[in-house]
Amino acid sequence: MNTSKIKWHIVVFLAPAVLVYTAIMIFPLFNTLRLALYSETDQVTHFVGMENFRTLFGDPLWSNQFWNALGNNMRFFVIHMIVQNPIGIALAAILSHPRLRFAAFYRTAIFIPTILSFVIVGFAWKLILSPIWGIAPDMLASIGLKSLYAPWLGKEEYALTTLALISVWQFIGIPMMLIYAALLSIPEEVLEAGEVDGITGFSAFWKIKLPLILPSIGIISILTFVGNFNAFDLIYAAQGALAGPNFSTDILGTFMFRTFFGFQLQLGDPHMGSAIASGMFGIILVGVCIYLFGIQTRLRRYQF
Amino acid sequence: MTRKILSLALLGSTILGGAAAAEVTITIESWRNDDLLLWQDKIIPVFEAANPDIKVKFTPSAPAEYNAVLNAKLDAGSAGDLITCRPFDTSLLLYEAGNLADLSDLDGMANFSSVAKSAWQTDDGSASFCVPMASVIHGFIYNKDAFKEVGVSIPTTEAEFFAALEAFKADGNYTPMAMGTNDQWEAATMGYQNIGPNYWKGEEGRLALIAGEQSLTDPQWVAPYKTLAKWADYLGDGYEAQTYPDSQNIFTLGRAAIYPAGSWEITGFNAQADFEMGAFKAPVMNAGDTCYISDHTDIAMGLNAASPNADAARKLLDWMGTAEFATIYANALPGFFSLSDHDIAMEDPLAQEFVSWRGECESTIRSTYQILSRGTPNLENDTWNASAQVTKGAETPEDAAARLQAGLSTWYEPQQ
Repeated sequence: MNTSKIKWHIVVFLAPAVLVYTAIMIFPLFNTLRLALYSETDQVTHFVGMENFRTLFGDPLWSNQFWNALGNNMRFFVIHMIVQNPIGIALAAILSHPRLRFAAFYRTAIFIPTILSFVIVGFAWKLILSPIWGIAPDMLASIGLKSLYAPWLGKEEYALTTLALISVWQFIGIPMMLIYAALLSIPEEVLEAGEVDGITGFSAFWKIKLPLILPSIGIISILTFVGNFNAFDLIYAAQGALAGPNFSTDILGTFMFRTFFGFQLQLGDPHMGSAIASGMFGIILVGVCIYLFGIQTRLRRYQF
Repeated sequence: MTRKILSLALLGSTILGGAAAAEVTITIESWRNDDLLLWQDKIIPVFEAANPDIKVKFTPSAPAEYNAVLNAKLDAGSAGDLITCRPFDTSLLLYEAGNLADLSDLDGMANFSSVAKSAWQTDDGSASFCVPMASVIHGFIYNKDAFKEVGVSIPTTEAEFFAALEAFKADGNYTPMAMGTNDQWEAATMGYQNIGPNYWKGEEGRLALIAGEQSLTDPQWVAPYKTLAKWADYLGDGYEAQTYPDSQNIFTLGRAAIYPAGSWEITGFNAQADFEMGAFKAPVMNAGDTCYISDHTDIAMGLNAASPNADAARKLLDWMGTAEFATIYANALPGFFSLSDHDIAMEDPLAQEFVSWRGECESTIRSTYQILSRGTPNLENDTWNASAQVTKGAETPEDAAARLQAGLSTWYEPQQ
């Protein structure tokens, strides 16, 4: 009898979250997509369809910048994947070792940079690496390797890698913590059963633990992907909106910011900016879909 | 703190305003938070003493928010009577939208040269909509002790300039010149726009570029880049990663001999440096050549077209064209020079030196600011990039000029 009635309590309980989420996430998202289809001339806004996207991808002035930003973004992501995640896994494996002393201290120390603001991280590293006041040249000099020092943030060929490694330093705690939790959840019985079969030490890690934490590694990869393609703050804090030297650190976020809000004498263009933002949204959407449907569904899960 | 002062000031002015019914109160919109005390303590009392029936309120907002706040207020009809004008297109758009009144007929306007007014005029120069307040002058600030110690005299020609840099490099105690390329605008503003006017002959070249008679690939526009490319040898170690505050600190700590500067640095440098400083203008090619300086228009005041107190506001604007206003303003803010034709006595020796060049040289403004940075790609932003690239030697002067010209010609008709 009750089944046909509308369950009002469900609506009431869902309402706050749905309303807030709609107001601050769904509406702005669709409004941005809509804004990308308009243009403004002589203070009159009019509908132009896909014209902004045609400019973005067809006009070399825009498309060169876009592909440069996308390429830099890919490099930024690849460096995270090959540096941050393996080191994160290794740290977690070491931390979960039962005989390690001061594990809690190491865990906290490694995690702390993650909670720092981008502005602090950007500023602190700029000072550390500064050729004038920085400690990096002196430290290298004290071990006789001064010749290896270069003003990395100012060199076109090193700047992006340097910033990516700074970002890795900051966020290494997140994969470490997630993997650490996954490792702790592996039951002792499984490992002991392996030991009985003669699998110990390193081979226990490769053959038992790693397959069991693969789903966590997948989640970390997707978090890194989304985080990197939305990144903006660190580049802006360290190199400014022009993402110097010579746009070598320009990623989609800084490109979008510069276009949307304008910079110095360049007046802001919300419509082209929205077109870039829509492009970013599309790229992230495709990436996440590939992961969800191509990888996530094929991962084998074990239940204990 | 400033907010507290501001609210006290607002409170105070409302109480005072209530006392006499015939009084008119005019409000000023501005982004110059820093100037609040200057207006309250020095400028407004003088004006109010001469015009007892007018009360003035100075209500600044944060610099980064100013444009947005002002636009919102103008749309809502709640903006103040007087509006502080940013140079060029930002204010031009306000005038074209009917938010700023035409001030061409204001008596005080006669006291300003055409260069001074150019930042707040329509493209054809037929209407002026803001009264120019202040400009900043480019040049080089130098460490007098370092010059004495190494025995270098003040350079006036380019050959002497590089000889001086070479002497400091050979001496080894000082970084010859404090400038970095990390922030990019240093190389463009303190470098290219500082030395450039001597090559493209100031206004002559700038206007010819706007008219399409010269192009950025002409020798007079490429030459400053060629000079800039020679600077790299005299900048400090790792200048590629040196930021603007780094450069300022290196100079004020006495580590560098020469600082390519804008006059806005004067107040800060006076407070920081404990050695004597002097200034010299951008060197000319050959001794005796006419010199040109970048005397860049920066700030002005316009009238809200919807102001109900337009008559009183016009009185204040008129007064802003007088020598009295210019003297108060220029002395309170050394480094921000009055744009009027009046001869103003300034106390700060460094500021005096900067302003003395106006008598010897022709004034011009930064070449990229008027009209030429209206489209995409933006010429000013591209000039930042090109100046930094050329300084580092990552791009040849010719390539950089060709790239800028190609970018400009995509959207600017006279250059096509």
